[in-house]
Amino acid sequence: MSQDTVKRDRPWLMRTYSGHSSAKASNELYRMNLGKGQTGLSVAFDLPTQTGYDSDHPLARGEVGKVGVPIDHIGDMEALFDAIPLDKMNTSMTINATAPWLLALYVAVAERQGVDPSALEGTTQNDVLKEYLSRGTYIFPPTPSVRLTTDLIAYTVENIPRWNPTNICSYHLQEAGATPTQELAYALSTAIAILDAVRDSGQIPPERFAAVVGRISFFVNAGIRFVEETCKLRAFGAMWEKMAKERYGVEDEKQRRFRYGVQVNSLGLTESQPENNVQRIVLEMLAVTLSKNARARAIQLPAWNEALGLPRPWDQQWALRMQQVLALETDLLEYGDLFDGSPVIEAKVQELVAGAEAEMARVAEQGGMVQAIESGYVKRELVVSHTRRMRDIESGELKIVGVNCYRETAESPLTAGADAGIMKADVQAERDQIAALQAFRAGRDQAAVASALEQLRAAAVGGANIMPPSIACARAGVTTGEWSEVLREVFGEYRAPTGIDIALAGQAGSAAMDQVRAGVRRTGEELGRPLRLLIGKPGLDGHSNGAEQIAVKGRDAGFEIVYEGIRLTPSQIARAAQEEGVHLIGLSVLSGSHLELVEDIQAELKKIGAGDLPLIIGGIIPDDDARQLLAGGVQAVFTPKDVDMNAIMARLVNIIRLHNGLEELA
Amino acid sequence: MTQPAPNLDPVALAAAVRRGERAALARALNLLDDRRGESRLQASLLLKQLQAGQAGDEGHLIGMTGPPGAGKSSLTAALIGVWRRRGLRVGVLAVDPSSPVSGGALLGDRLRMKTSAEDDGVFIRSLACRGEFGGLSAEVWPMSLVMLAAFDVVMIETVGVGQREIDVSRMCDTTCFVAQPGSGDSVQFLKAGILEVPHVLVVNKEDMGAVARRTLSELGTALGRVHTDGDWEVPVLSASATAGTGIEALADTLAMHGKALVESKRLLERRRGYRAQWLLKRLQEEFGSHGIDQLGGEQAVLQQLAAQDLSLFEQHQALRQRLLATH
Repeated sequence: MSQDTVKRDRPWLMRTYSGHSSAKASNELYRMNLGKGQTGLSVAFDLPTQTGYDSDHPLARGEVGKVGVPIDHIGDMEALFDAIPLDKMNTSMTINATAPWLLALYVAVAERQGVDPSALEGTTQNDVLKEYLSRGTYIFPPTPSVRLTTDLIAYTVENIPRWNPTNICSYHLQEAGATPTQELAYALSTAIAILDAVRDSGQIPPERFAAVVGRISFFVNAGIRFVEETCKLRAFGAMWEKMAKERYGVEDEKQRRFRYGVQVNSLGLTESQPENNVQRIVLEMLAVTLSKNARARAIQLPAWNEALGLPRPWDQQWALRMQQVLALETDLLEYGDLFDGSPVIEAKVQELVAGAEAEMARVAEQGGMVQAIESGYVKRELVVSHTRRMRDIESGELKIVGVNCYRETAESPLTAGADAGIMKADVQAERDQIAALQAFRAGRDQAAVASALEQLRAAAVGGANIMPPSIACARAGVTTGEWSEVLREVFGEYRAPTGIDIALAGQAGSAAMDQVRAGVRRTGEELGRPLRLLIGKPGLDGHSNGAEQIAVKGRDAGFEIVYEGIRLTPSQIARAAQEEGVHLIGLSVLSGSHLELVEDIQAELKKIGAGDLPLIIGGIIPDDDARQLLAGGVQAVFTPKDVDMNAIMARLVNIIRLHNGLEELA
Repeated sequence: MTQPAPNLDPVALAAAVRRGERAALARALNLLDDRRGESRLQASLLLKQLQAGQAGDEGHLIGMTGPPGAGKSSLTAALIGVWRRRGLRVGVLAVDPSSPVSGGALLGDRLRMKTSAEDDGVFIRSLACRGEFGGLSAEVWPMSLVMLAAFDVVMIETVGVGQREIDVSRMCDTTCFVAQPGSGDSVQFLKAGILEVPHVLVVNKEDMGAVARRTLSELGTALGRVHTDGDWEVPVLSASATAGTGIEALADTLAMHGKALVESKRLLERRRGYRAQWLLKRLQEEFGSHGIDQLGGEQAVLQQLAAQDLSLFEQHQALRQRLLATH
C-alpha cells in the first residue's frame, strides 16, 4: 500500500518544556527548537516569576533564571517572543498563581506585535489548587485563588475563544505520590470546584456555560505502568464526558471531549544509569498515544538527564526526536482505536472509574476539593501513597532497574564529557536580569504605573474581573512583583497543610528499621535528650515530596522532626533551628539554587551564634556542586540515587554522633 | 556510655536568659531537656540562679488547650500579633504528641504562629510528649520558668482533651480552652467533669456563623460560671483567628485574669503550689507512692513544700536525700 492512500491522523502538538537564564537566551532556544520541527512552545518560568517576586527581591536570590525564564515586565515578555508571531504560535505557559498576570503580558505583547488578541491560541496552566498539594507555587489562600482562576476563564471564554484558560493537572498529583485512582478523583474534583465557581460567579450567562466546559483541558502524567496509564486516560475520558453531560448539561458532544496534554513522568527518571530513562520516556509516551480515543493533544517529553541537572539543547532535541519518530515513522496514526472492545482494557477502566468515583464521593462529602485541601485530607492521602511507594522501592518489591536491582554498570560515555552531561547555569544571568530590571523601572512613566496599580487594587477589592486592569498594568510597565504585591495586600498569603501528620499504622518494622531506631534512641540517651532534626525547604522551590518523605521517615525512626513546609528564608531556617534546639539541619532544594541558599543559611547561623550546627542537603545536585558544598562544611549531600531511606537515617545518626564526639555506629 | 554534658556557667547563663539573649535561651532550654545526671545538676543550678533576686511573680503564664483542629495555633498566632503590638515579649512552648512506637514526633505549626522571622520578641520551642501517657512531659514546667525569666507572656499550647488539660491547668496562671464549633465534645467533657473548668473559654472560627453561635450558647449554659478556685467568673468568648475578630478582647480577658491574680495576691501562692505539685510528681516517679508515704503522705509533703521558700533545687535535693537515707 502506498503511503499517499492511507489517511493518517494529524500528529499531536510537539513541545519541549523550556526556558532559562533570560528572555533573550530563551527566545534563541525557542527559535532553534521550532526550527527543529517543534510545533508549539511550552514556557518554563523561573520561581520568582511563578511566585510573584521581582528578580531583585531578597527571596529571589539564587533563583533567577534557574528553573525557567525570568519575566519581570512587558519588556521581558516582548524579548521572549521576539520574531515569533503570536498569531501563528500555540503557546503553553506553566503558570498558576500569577497566571492572570502572565496572560495579561502575553496579550499586551500581541497588541505590540499588531496581533488581535482574540486570535491567540495556547494554554495557561492556571490550576492553583494542585499547587497546594504538590509543586507549591501558590501565593494566596484557596478562595481568592479560585476567584483569580475563575476570572481568567471567564475572560478568555468571551475574549480569546481559542485559549485553554486552565489545564487541570493530575500530573503533579502523580509526582506527589497519587495512584491512578487518586489522580482521576482529585483532578476531576478540582474541575468540579472550578467549574462550579465559574458558574456561581455569574460572569457567564447560563446559555454560554457549555463553552466554558468545552475549554477546560487537563494536564496529565504518564508513568511507566503504561497499560494501566492507557486505561487511566480512557477512564478520564469516560468520566469527564459523563460529568459534562450530567452535571453541567452540555449537549454538544465536541464540548464534552476530554482534551489533555502530557508531560511524561519525571518522578520515575533515575540518576543512576540515566540512559535507561530514554526507554522509560518512550514507553510512557506510548501510554498517551496508543489509544486513539484517549490520545493526548500535546506532548512534551523530559530529557533523559533531568535527574542529573539542567538538560542541554541536544538532550531536548533527543526528546523531540522521540516524538517525531513515533508520529512520523511508525504506522500508529493510520489506525482507529486499538483497544475498543478489549475486555481486559475495559475491566481495568471500570475498576479505575469505580475507585475514582468512590474517592470523589469522599471529597464531595467534605464540601468539595477546596475544603478537602484546606483540611489537609487530600495532602495526607497523597503522603500516605507516596510513603507506600518509597517503602516498596526500598524493600525491592517495586523494581527500578539500575536503582534497586541490576546496579552494576559500565561507565557511561554520556556523562563522561567535560560538562558531565548537563548544562551549566549561567551565573551572570541573575545579575544581568536585576540590572536590566532596575533600568526598566527607572525609565517608565511612574504616574501611569501607580494609576494602573490602583485600578488593579480596586478590581481585587470590588470583585470586578481581574484581567482588564491586569492588561492595563502590563501596558503601563508594572512589574511582576508589583502586580503580585497589590494582590498579596488584598488577599493575604497562605501556607498549605504539609500532610505529614499521617498515621504509620500497619507497618511491620523491618530489621533495618529496628536497627536505625535503636541507633536513634541510643544516641539520644548518650546526648541526654531525644534527637531533633529540622527539615527546611529554603528558597521558592515548592517541590516538597522529598522533604515530606524524609520527615515521615525521620519520625518513624524516632527523631523529633521540625518541619514547617516550603518557602522559608535562610533567616527563618537558622532561627528555627536555634529556637528548637535541633541536633541537625536537613535542607531540601530542587531548584538548582543550592549553592547560594546554603551559603546564606550558613551565614545566618553564624550571625545568631549557631554556626556549629551541622547541615546536610538533599536535591538535584550535580557532582561538582556536591564537592563544593562538602568543602564548604556541609556534612552530606543526598541526591535522587539515594533511595535507601534506612541508610539515609543511619547516616544522619552518625553525622550527629561524630559531630558530638561519639564513635560511629556500624 | 553517655557523652559528658557541656559545662555551662549557670550564673552567666541565667543573666543572659534574663537579658533575653536567644542563643542563651536556646541553650538553657536544651539543658532543661537534658536527662544526663550532671546536666540535671546544672539545670537545677540554673533554675536557682533564675529564682535568685526575683519576686516570683514575673510574667504571665497562660495555658492554651483544646481539641485537635480547633485552631489553637492560629489563635496563638493572632494573640502573638496583639501582644507584640502592645509591646509585650512572647515565649511559646508548643507541645505535640509523639509516636508511642518510635518515640519520634512531628513538631509543626511554628510558622503558623510566627508573623516575622526577624522579630526578637517572639521565641517558640516545640516539645514532644515523649510517651508520658496523657500528660505533659516533666520538662515543660521548668522550661516555662526559663521562658518567664525572659518574656512578658509565656504560653504553653497543648493538644487534646482530658488529662492534659488538667496537667496544663496545674502549672499555668491562666488556662484558656479553645472549643471547636459544631463539636459537642467540649460540652460533654465539661459536663462529665473530664475537662477541668478553664479560666477562659473561647469558641474559635466565629466566621462559621450559626454553628459557632450554637456552640457558644451551649458552652455558656453548660458552665457553672464561677471558677472553682475562687473569685472569677468564667467568660465565654467568641473569636476567629482567620478573620482576626475577637482577638483583642481575648487578650484583654487573659490579661484581666492575670491581673486579678496579682491584685488578690494569689499568684505567688499559686505558683508555689505548682512547684510543690511538680516536685511531688518527680519524687513519685523516682521513689513511688511508698516514698511519698514515708515522707508523711501527699498532703503533708505538699504543705511542707508550699511553705518553704527554698529554691526548687534545694527542696528537691533535701527530700531526695531524706528518702535516699531511709532506703
